Amino acid sequence: MLWEQLINGITTGSIYAIVALGYTLVFGVLGIINMAHGEIFMFGAFMGVVTTSTLGLPIWLAFVIATVVTAIMGYLLERLALRPLRGKPESSHLAPLIATIGVSTFLENLADKLFGSGNHPVQNSLSEIRFSVGTVNIYLVQIVIFCISVALMIALSYWLLKTKGGKALRATAENLETASLLGVNTKRIIMITVVLASAIGGIAGILVGMAFSSVNPQMGLSIGLKGLAIIILGGMGNVKGAMAGGMILGLSETLIVALGLSGYRDAIAFIIIIVILLVRPQGIFGRKEAA
Amino acid sequence: MKVIFRMFTAVISVIVLLALAACGGGDSNASGSSEDSGKVSAKIGVVTFGSGSGAAYGEAITNGLKLAQSEINGQGDVNIDLAIEDSAGEPDQALSAAQKLMNSENVTGIIGPTLSTEFEVVAPVADQNGVPILGTSTTAQGIPQIGEYVFRDSIPESLAIPASVEKAVEEYDAKKVAIMYGNDDVFTKAGYDSMKEAAEDLDLDIVTTQTFQKGQSDYKAQLTKIKQLKPDIILCSALYNEGAVIMKQARSQGIDVPFVGGNGFNSPEVIDIAGDAGNGLIVATPWFTGKDDEKVQDFVKAYKDEYGDEPDQFAAQAYDGLYIIADALKNAGDDDRDKLRDALAETKDINGVLGNISFDEDGDVVMDPVVLTIKDGKFQEMK
Repeated sequence: MLWEQLINGITTGSIYAIVALGYTLVFGVLGIINMAHGEIFMFGAFMGVVTTSTLGLPIWLAFVIATVVTAIMGYLLERLALRPLRGKPESSHLAPLIATIGVSTFLENLADKLFGSGNHPVQNSLSEIRFSVGTVNIYLVQIVIFCISVALMIALSYWLLKTKGGKALRATAENLETASLLGVNTKRIIMITVVLASAIGGIAGILVGMAFSSVNPQMGLSIGLKGLAIIILGGMGNVKGAMAGGMILGLSETLIVALGLSGYRDAIAFIIIIVILLVRPQGIFGRKEAA
Repeated sequence: MKVIFRMFTAVISVIVLLALAACGGGDSNASGSSEDSGKVSAKIGVVTFGSGSGAAYGEAITNGLKLAQSEINGQGDVNIDLAIEDSAGEPDQALSAAQKLMNSENVTGIIGPTLSTEFEVVAPVADQNGVPILGTSTTAQGIPQIGEYVFRDSIPESLAIPASVEKAVEEYDAKKVAIMYGNDDVFTKAGYDSMKEAAEDLDLDIVTTQTFQKGQSDYKAQLTKIKQLKPDIILCSALYNEGAVIMKQARSQGIDVPFVGGNGFNSPEVIDIAGDAGNGLIVATPWFTGKDDEKVQDFVKAYKDEYGDEPDQFAAQAYDGLYIIADALKNAGDDDRDKLRDALAETKDINGVLGNISFDEDGDVVMDPVVLTIKDGKFQEMK
């Protein structure tokens, strides 16, 4: 049974990690907390509901649709809410944060209007397939989620470290003005970052729909707060930190429940954060700011 | 020009408001109170949630009362006038409406208000004035204990849950139960207290108690824990939104034991959200339109003919409520408030659409709720 709980924890952790990846990308490049990320994730989940349950189309198509829709949402978020506020000396550094909070509220209510409140089931044939190893049940969905999260992390790391686009992104994250002086098209890089982060959020949304077969317009907020907690835990703007932090949080939540303390499930995230920050203020993988 | 237009619209809106206010007043529908010998005539005040967010409750309650009124008056023993006031779901408005009914309309008794929060404000005042007051939709703890003159015919969770637990235990010969509840909601927590008490009263072995929070989507960890302890039934105090998802995840994990839920779990939405996974849910409810009972089916038909849709719990509880009052008036012999109160306290074995209704010494309802289970994708009576 401990094995089953471990698998549950890894599944939850993988999803948290993917959500946190999107957060960490945007934070790394723009230095802002994107509060709308959770709602974009929720829209991705709803695309899964609409594609599979309402239209009766296969699940792989849902991935495509969710990725495209959330990428477009990311584009609009950047164009309409973030870009107008950038590089204006008179605007407060809190302005982008407030703008994304506005977008998140708008999206939550839009989803409520479009899809109706309450939980929506996700129909897919995948969620029933399971393998038994001894007494332990493993679901195909759980394996898929884990593989997708690892694949995303590897692809993202490779792209950031080895490709020209990734280097440009890191240069932009390091220093926006210098990068643009050296010929990096920072406008485009920022756009790519937000779109990529949103698409990753959309994929996470579909995975949640598949794993837990419930999607509702309010789900963005709680997952958003967890994602925030994770990047603080793992180190702001750090890909490895997002993955490790997500896994730590997912596993600890599940194990807390396994120990019979289900009431403390949501508290554990914040307890871990407090402990980590006392020991390592920059997060697990974070680098110390040059003083 | 603009100014004139503005003045004009202002005047128009004032007129409209006044007209609305006039409509919003009490509408007592007198039905020729002839003073035959041996016939009791009385005026009963009604305070109900007639406008605003919960207007649907008010509508159902008013419909149920009016249907009962026309039947009772047609039978000829008792003649009831209804003076209906709107509370808009606001305690202060409910209080002023009730005061108007007691003081200027001089009613013999009051039905309502609709919400427990309103009722808790109005009932003590009615009790002080010596006006019998009957709640037909108020299920909060401690309502009948407010005073001597306070009654209700709406069954609280604390009575409904033991009925469903008992039935499930009997049916499935259960010894071991697991409990799951939402620990961030007053309603689901109260349901949990009733479940725990019911399980202890029946000497069941509670193998584990798991909690969850509203809006959670991942219950796998809790369910894995429950699965390993192999309970015979799962008592789950959840609102339908979370409850349906819990059932779906439980079924996909291979947990196929029945679930017993509270009133928040009693919704056709469960079937929409959970699909086949909803089969095996057991809930107790005071009212079920599909009940295999001639009286119930006649009421459903009469209500449908009159208002076009099926009566809900609120309509049924109001309908029986007026019959309870009529029965008490008949026994009291005239429209004196104290006599009505004493007769209400004696209420026993009224055969209503909810079932067989009596009042205990507090004035709380005593009845057996209907126990339903979801079978083949629909709610059915558990025999």
